[in-house]
Amino acid sequence: MKYLLLICAEESVEVSPEQADPEPWIEETERRGVRLDGHRLCPVSDATTVRAGLVTQGPFAETKEQIAGFDIIECTDLDEAIEIALKHPVASFGSIEVRPFWPE
Amino acid sequence: MSGADVTRVVEEAFREEWGRLVATLIRLTGDWDLAEECAQDAFAQALARWPRDGVPRRPGAWLTTAARNRALDRLRRGTTEVARLRSVAAMPAGPDPEPVEEDHVPDDRLRLMFTCCHPALPLEAQVALTLRTLAGLTTAEIAAAFMVPETTMAQRLVRAKRKIRNAGIPYRVPPARLLAERTAGVLGVLYVLFTEGYSASGGPSPARPELTAEAIRLARVLAGLMPGEPEAQGLLALMLLQDSRRAARFDAAGDIVTLEFQDRAKWDHDEIEEGLRLLDDALACRRPGPYQVQAAIAACHATALDPDDTDWPQIAGLYAQLARLTPSPVIELNRAVAVAMADGPLAGLRLVDELRAGGALAGHHLLAATRADLLRRLGRTADAAQAYEEALALAPTDAERRYLARRRDETG
Repeated sequence: MKYLLLICAEESVEVSPEQADPEPWIEETERRGVRLDGHRLCPVSDATTVRAGLVTQGPFAETKEQIAGFDIIECTDLDEAIEIALKHPVASFGSIEVRPFWPE
Repeated sequence: MSGADVTRVVEEAFREEWGRLVATLIRLTGDWDLAEECAQDAFAQALARWPRDGVPRRPGAWLTTAARNRALDRLRRGTTEVARLRSVAAMPAGPDPEPVEEDHVPDDRLRLMFTCCHPALPLEAQVALTLRTLAGLTTAEIAAAFMVPETTMAQRLVRAKRKIRNAGIPYRVPPARLLAERTAGVLGVLYVLFTEGYSASGGPSPARPELTAEAIRLARVLAGLMPGEPEAQGLLALMLLQDSRRAARFDAAGDIVTLEFQDRAKWDHDEIEEGLRLLDDALACRRPGPYQVQAAIAACHATALDPDDTDWPQIAGLYAQLARLTPSPVIELNRAVAVAMADGPLAGLRLVDELRAGGALAGHHLLAATRADLLRRLGRTADAAQAYEEALALAPTDAERRYLARRRDETG
C-alpha cells in the first residue's frame, strides 16, 4: 500500500527549530525503507492557483474542495508550470494549486 | 553650476534613469534587493561627487558604471558564483566609452514591467512593486500614497520579491502566445495607479496628483517601448485626456464639479492636444481595444467647446463598442447616460430600468443616482426624490453625498 502524508501546520504558529526539525523522522523512515520521497514546500503566499482557465494568486481552494491527487513537475519557470496545470482536466471544474518546492 | 542646480540635475537623472538601472541590475544579478541598493548608492555618489567634479557628459552612463562597480564589490565580498560576477563585469557603459546609441541597447524596463505585473502576484503587490522598482518611490512614499502603515507596505514588497524568486516568475517579455494577455495586465496596473491618484478613494484630499503623474510617466515609457501596441498608446492618451481636467474637477471647497459645469478654460490644452495626437496614431493601427475606446470617449468631451457641443450620439456608440469589448453593467450604465443625452431622458430611463431589473448593479449608488436624474428631467419629481434618497443611502463618500443632497433639494 502507498500512502501520501500531507504535512499541515499553521504558518503563524512559532515552534523551536528543534521541535520542527524533520531530520530524525526522515532518517528513521528511510532506515525502515518506507519513505519514498518528500519535500518541504514554500509558504502559501508563494502559491499560484489555476481555476476555470484563469490564473490567480494565493491558495484559495474552496472549502468544499478536497485534495484529489498530486503531481510533481519540473519546469523552467512558473509560466511553464501554469501552462501544464491549465492542461489538466480538473483545471476546468476544480482548481490546481501550483506550489513551489522549498529551494534546495 | 550651483549646488541647487546639481541637486535638480540629479533628481532629473533619477526620474530618467532609475528604472533602467534597476532593471538592468536585476537581469545581471538576479537579485532585486541588491539591484535597488546599488542603484540607490549610485545616486548617492552622484549627489556627493557631481557638485565637486561637475555633471558628467552622459549622466546615465556614469550612473550605470557606479552602480555596476558597487554590485561587483558586493558580489566579490559575498560568496557568489563566477558566472554572475562575470555577467556584471561585462555590463556595458564604462566611464566614457564609445557613445552607445540608446536604441541599440535592449531596454530591460519592459522585462521588469512584465515581471512586476505577473498575474501570480496580488494586484496590490503588482502596483507597489511597479512604483518601487520602476518609478523609484520609497517604501514610505508608496505606503503614504495607499494609506497603509509603512511596515505593511514593506512586508508586501518583501513577499512579492520572495514569490518572484521562490515560485520562479520569469524575468522576461512574455512569448507571443502570452503577450496579449500579459500586456493587458501591465496596462491594467498602470491604469489602477492612475485612477487611484485621480479619484483618491480614501483620505482627506480628493486627488493625489503625484500618483497620476507617476502613472503617466510609466505609461509614456511603456508606449515608447511597445510602439506596435496601440492599446499602450491608447492608455497614455486616455490618462492625458482625463488628467487634462485636473484643475477643473473640484471647487474651492473640495466638492466635485461635474463635467457639464467645469470651467473648460481651466483644462490643460497641451495635454489634450498630445492625447488626441496619440489617439489618432493608435486608431490608425485599426486594432481597437478598451483603452483606445475609452480615450475616444474622453476625446469627445475634450474637444467639445461647451457641454451643448458634446457629440452624445458618438459617445453612446463608443460605449456600445466598449460594452462589446469588455461587457460590464457599469459600462451599460454609462451608455444609458449617453443615450439619454442623445435621444432624450425616456430612452435613457428605459435602459436604466432594464439594468435595474437585471440586478447586477443592486446596491450601487450610481444606478439610483442616474435614475433619479433622468426622472427629474422627465418631471416625475416624486419618483426622482425617492430615487435620490435611495442613492444618498448608498453613496460611499462625503463629496458624493453632498452632491446628491444638493440635487435632491433642487428637485423638491
